[in-house]
Amino acid sequence: MKPLILFVILVCLWLLMSGHYTFLIISLGVLSCAFCVYLANRAKLIDDEGLPLFFLPRLLGYLMWLFKEILISNLNTAKAIISNNIKPETFTVKASQITDVAKVTYANSITLTPGTVTTKIKNNTFEVHALNTDFGNDVRSNEMDKKVKLLEGER
Amino acid sequence: MDLFIDLLTGLCFFLGSLCIIIGACGLIKLPDVFSRIHAAGMIDTGGTAFFILGMIIQSGWSLITVKLLLIGIFIFFTSPVTSHVTANLAREKGIVPVGKKIGKLL
Repeated sequence: MKPLILFVILVCLWLLMSGHYTFLIISLGVLSCAFCVYLANRAKLIDDEGLPLFFLPRLLGYLMWLFKEILISNLNTAKAIISNNIKPETFTVKASQITDVAKVTYANSITLTPGTVTTKIKNNTFEVHALNTDFGNDVRSNEMDKKVKLLEGER
Repeated sequence: MDLFIDLLTGLCFFLGSLCIIIGACGLIKLPDVFSRIHAAGMIDTGGTAFFILGMIIQSGWSLITVKLLLIGIFIFFTSPVTSHVTANLAREKGIVPVGKKIGKLL
């Protein structure tokens, strides 16, 4: 089932990227997509980690929230740089997610919002570097952790 | 209507340039590697997001819009990885961050 879904996604991507809709081009595209799926299947890449479909139903809402957060922290980082309010701090937080994909999503979301960077990961503990105390408090409030936990859903 | 679209694009480009200029200033003036990554993150997210938004507004509804969106999505997924690799390598090499350390670090 999963290889078929990957194949459909790849063909859609090909159609959107190419823009040439003649028989020859499309058939070449379908052939190369099939070859890619065959290789990925042979390398056993198509599992929950390679194709995290369980994210899909709630992904859009999470991305909207993440964009809002990125906009706000961009503003705050700009303010901190201009007003020289820089007191770097390093601390550790616990991640409550179970699957590796969700943990990576959480770590990437922390890094993506300016002002906080994940510097090390060990099992369930992330080491986070923050530009000043406000950014640190944002991560320590665990709001993002809960959102990613919701995104992961019941396991 | 054309004027309105041009103005909106101009506003997006202005905000994006502002993000990039402030990020570049931060890159020069912040104290250590880890703090500088924050400034680089600002360029990665704020700068590219506003520029791509401006170009999407300018291009109207066509295949180009989809391609621009795809560029945005790919940058969105890959830029935190490079930031994390930089920070992680610096930590592995034994560089200790400037400033307060709360609790026991990894």
